[in-house]
Amino acid sequence: MAVTTITKSNLEKVLKSGYQAVTSECGPPRSSDPAHIIEKGNLIRNHVDSVNITDNQTSVTRLCSLAACIHLKQQGIDPVLQMVVRDRNRIALQSDILGAASFGIHNILCLSGDHQSFGDNPQAQNVFDLDSMQLVQTVRHMRDEGKFISGDEIKVPPSMFVGAAANPFGDPFKIRVPRLAKKVASGAEFIQTQCIYNIDKFEKWMEGVRERGLHEKVYIMAGITPMRSVGMARYLSKNVPGMDVPEELIERLKGVEKNKQSEEGITIAVETIQRLKEVEGVAGFHIMAIEWEEKVPEMVERSGLFPRPQID
Amino acid sequence: MIVGEQKPFDEIWEMVRKHKQVTVFGCNTCVAVCHQGGNKEAGILASQLKIRASQDDVDIEIVDSGIERQCEHEFFEKTEELIQGSEAVLSLACGIGVQFMASKYEKTPVYPALNTTFLGDVIASGHFTEKCQACGDCVLGITGGVCPVSRCCKRLFNGPCGGSSNGKCEISKDLDCAWQLVVDRLEALGKMGDYEKVMPLKDWSKDRSGGPRSFKLEDF
Repeated sequence: MAVTTITKSNLEKVLKSGYQAVTSECGPPRSSDPAHIIEKGNLIRNHVDSVNITDNQTSVTRLCSLAACIHLKQQGIDPVLQMVVRDRNRIALQSDILGAASFGIHNILCLSGDHQSFGDNPQAQNVFDLDSMQLVQTVRHMRDEGKFISGDEIKVPPSMFVGAAANPFGDPFKIRVPRLAKKVASGAEFIQTQCIYNIDKFEKWMEGVRERGLHEKVYIMAGITPMRSVGMARYLSKNVPGMDVPEELIERLKGVEKNKQSEEGITIAVETIQRLKEVEGVAGFHIMAIEWEEKVPEMVERSGLFPRPQID
Repeated sequence: MIVGEQKPFDEIWEMVRKHKQVTVFGCNTCVAVCHQGGNKEAGILASQLKIRASQDDVDIEIVDSGIERQCEHEFFEKTEELIQGSEAVLSLACGIGVQFMASKYEKTPVYPALNTTFLGDVIASGHFTEKCQACGDCVLGITGGVCPVSRCCKRLFNGPCGGSSNGKCEISKDLDCAWQLVVDRLEALGKMGDYEKVMPLKDWSKDRSGGPRSFKLEDF
């Protein structure tokens, strides 16, 4: 089946071919040694369509997302460059976009970024020259108009498939669909959501998304993170703002022997994927295994999402 | 108004202890409202310094005084002689007053007794909160009268971020999420449709990014 894409992104190809896509993510090391990130990428490469690289997640200083993306690209993996607006002004953002495109990185996920108070440098300045929606607009403007924010021409514009995040569990809930509409209006082409544990609430959000026809304008990838233990479930529930972990999920993990809890967590994640596969408008899954990449292949296989489509 | 907080006493003492004479000088407008830098506070601070000098057996003459505002020439007339005769001044004004005095009295050391903290209001007696960062291009007309620059810790123009939880900000359960407040206000005003207008890129050249700002009335 021939499919027309705007960029050379594998993710774009898979989504536009009508398959439910699968992405995962890897966090770069707190070191100048790229071996670990390359190893993580190779662990999951056959089971996902593209791999996100996080950008100094939770505001902890790490090897930069752009460099890590280049390492994966050199392995033949399709990377998704995560870019937060916390640390760079519009000059640096546009510059990094060109730099990424020059290495054949064809996906970008535009994010605000966690506040620096969570990280290893709470004394740092934050930038927030643009917000995440304005970054989406910027990448689209650079790609589609071939122009910088200033209006100056870009001789060879960056070719990037543009994504944004959505958190259906953030407050106030009533603006979570309108907020997605704003991201779509800004030019987002794919969405990766916050980790989904409260499936009922997610489905309610998707209802609102469908009512406005937004699922036909943007590819929505459901965020999945397996629980490793009841302790992790409790931690996420209590300490991570905007994370919705229902009590019955905690109870289910609690009811399992300690050494079987991680296995149960994988099973819950697989069941979640299986249920959400049937939800109209869910275009794929974004599996954030958080230092548990070796489990991604198993989850993808058990969810019936393997093998991944190979599209020329 | 401008809100400030007195520096730790030891830091203040360290700045002034080597002088033979210091005038502790209050500023009786903004920073008097927050009970940190008014003429009354200048008197109290002067007493504390005298006690410390006596405890440490340091020979230093400490006097206190103050004016209505340390950021305008005309208010200095009645204390001109006192300041001219002072070896050093410990100013309880905000950073503006300290600098104004430092430029007015070229050879007199002027030390800040306060940390200037923010532009804010008095939401309850003794409770002050930041409301403006003087970004130079006010958007309150389209955000329901809630400032995203000073009240959102990521100064998002198209918020809220995913960290908004039960009306509170991700960085602290004691801090209101500015975008929750924006949404509540837009709803109360019957203007929820405005929420979906994508706010364009901000021109930060009117902010401190563009360098120190000034404006001059041509008629004066």
